[in-house]
Amino acid sequence: MTDVVFWVLALLAAASGFMVFRFTSMARATIALLVSFLATGGLLILLGLGYLGVVVVLMMTMEMVIMAVFMVAYMMNPAGLMPMAMYHNKRGSLAISIAVFVLLGAGIFLAPWPQRGGAEPADPTFQLGMALMGPQMLTMVTLGFVLFAAMVAAVVLATHRGRYDRFGDDLSRRSADDPVPGGVGR
Amino acid sequence: MVVSAPLWSVLVVPAVLLVFTLAAVTGDALLAARTAGRPVAAAGAAGPLVEATRLLVGQRRTTLAPDALLWRLGLLTVSVAGVLAAVVIPFGGMTASRMSVGVVWFNAMEVLTWAGLWMAGWGANSVLSMVGGYRFVAQGLAYELPLMFALITAATGAQSLNVADIVGAQRNLWFVVWMPVAFVVYLAGVYAFSFLGPFAYPAGTDLAGGVLAELSGVDRLMVEAGRWLLLTAGAGMAVPLFLGGGDGPLLPEWVWSTLKTLAVLAVLVWVRRRLPTLRADRYLELAWVVLIPLTILQALAAALVVLTLGGAP
Repeated sequence: MTDVVFWVLALLAAASGFMVFRFTSMARATIALLVSFLATGGLLILLGLGYLGVVVVLMMTMEMVIMAVFMVAYMMNPAGLMPMAMYHNKRGSLAISIAVFVLLGAGIFLAPWPQRGGAEPADPTFQLGMALMGPQMLTMVTLGFVLFAAMVAAVVLATHRGRYDRFGDDLSRRSADDPVPGGVGR
Repeated sequence: MVVSAPLWSVLVVPAVLLVFTLAAVTGDALLAARTAGRPVAAAGAAGPLVEATRLLVGQRRTTLAPDALLWRLGLLTVSVAGVLAAVVIPFGGMTASRMSVGVVWFNAMEVLTWAGLWMAGWGANSVLSMVGGYRFVAQGLAYELPLMFALITAATGAQSLNVADIVGAQRNLWFVVWMPVAFVVYLAGVYAFSFLGPFAYPAGTDLAGGVLAELSGVDRLMVEAGRWLLLTAGAGMAVPLFLGGGDGPLLPEWVWSTLKTLAVLAVLVWVRRRLPTLRADRYLELAWVVLIPLTILQALAAALVVLTLGGAP
């Protein structure tokens, strides 16, 4: 039963990942990528990592929908009315991706995996988190702050109207001068 | 104490959810009849069933050059998400799935509507329906984070993502008493992910129905049923999260679960007619400037209470 679920999800993940590059519509390509991620989330649940699997489903659904909005907005031919591909240099990109797939796949079979010592832990997600982050918690927290600061900085740099546009040159305006009034009556 | 029901009970969940949904839709039809001045009678109560039958046998509309694959997939997703979300809701002393991350599962299934409605709006190759789909994404950005913090608050109170544990932690005091902000924000989130009431913006009448604009026959039935299934699943989840689950004196647990779910549904159905539809950009600012700080403070308060008392009071 577990084997059947594994193969169905694994083939679905790989096939829909491949379809991302076959579809000529940006909407379909994005949804194909989402299906690939959902299948991967299912595989994580199958591994006993319930929390990670469900969070992958949750986050990837939101991310892919937002990505779809940007794909459609920025691609030249969003609806696929004229064929448009997600790749350049078809032969080269195909060769590289097949080579990488074979390399990673071979790695799975050739790597000397350690034998399990002891029984399966009660909560594998907790164990995985400790193994990944436990000794490097300071690094991870610092990294989190750096990433967050980068996001805020990117938004500040990209925003069209800064606070001087909204509140005047000496920031003395009491209510912001916005083209579209917001919901809290500022 | 909530125990696991046998595996076949997963098949019972859709049936129970459908019965409660039918109750909600019937109540809504009766309220609509009263507002319109029509007699509030059995004929009005049967209205939704008649309409469902009509849609079931009605012809499906097709548009010029639709993206049929995404369109159908999106229409299906709304109803499927509602049913899947309900799998983790304990009813009385039983739950179909006692999964350890039930709260996250509920959240993830409700988020599937984002993809579903966007696809349903996009696939029809129609401006009004596409704008409706985009409206839901904009609304999603507004409602999702406050809703997540509300869910996290309940999980923090019980120190567990397992819905059964959350029910167990409310033996002495229901979470609604010391997490009122999270409860209200959660109910707003329920309206939002079922795009009903003040959050009917993606299917607004100003857009000739928005995502519903090009839908007829069984397609329309799937989405209309889906949003009511989501509303009912949301009301059902409010009971174990904030209202103590099947906890109550004298009567058996399943009766209390039924009464509480019906009470939450009644409030949602009644209030939905009293509130105007909110524009997503207006709600976005309210959500990010007011609701997110409020819900973070609520989660902090819950965490401090749990830390001080060593558990839920």
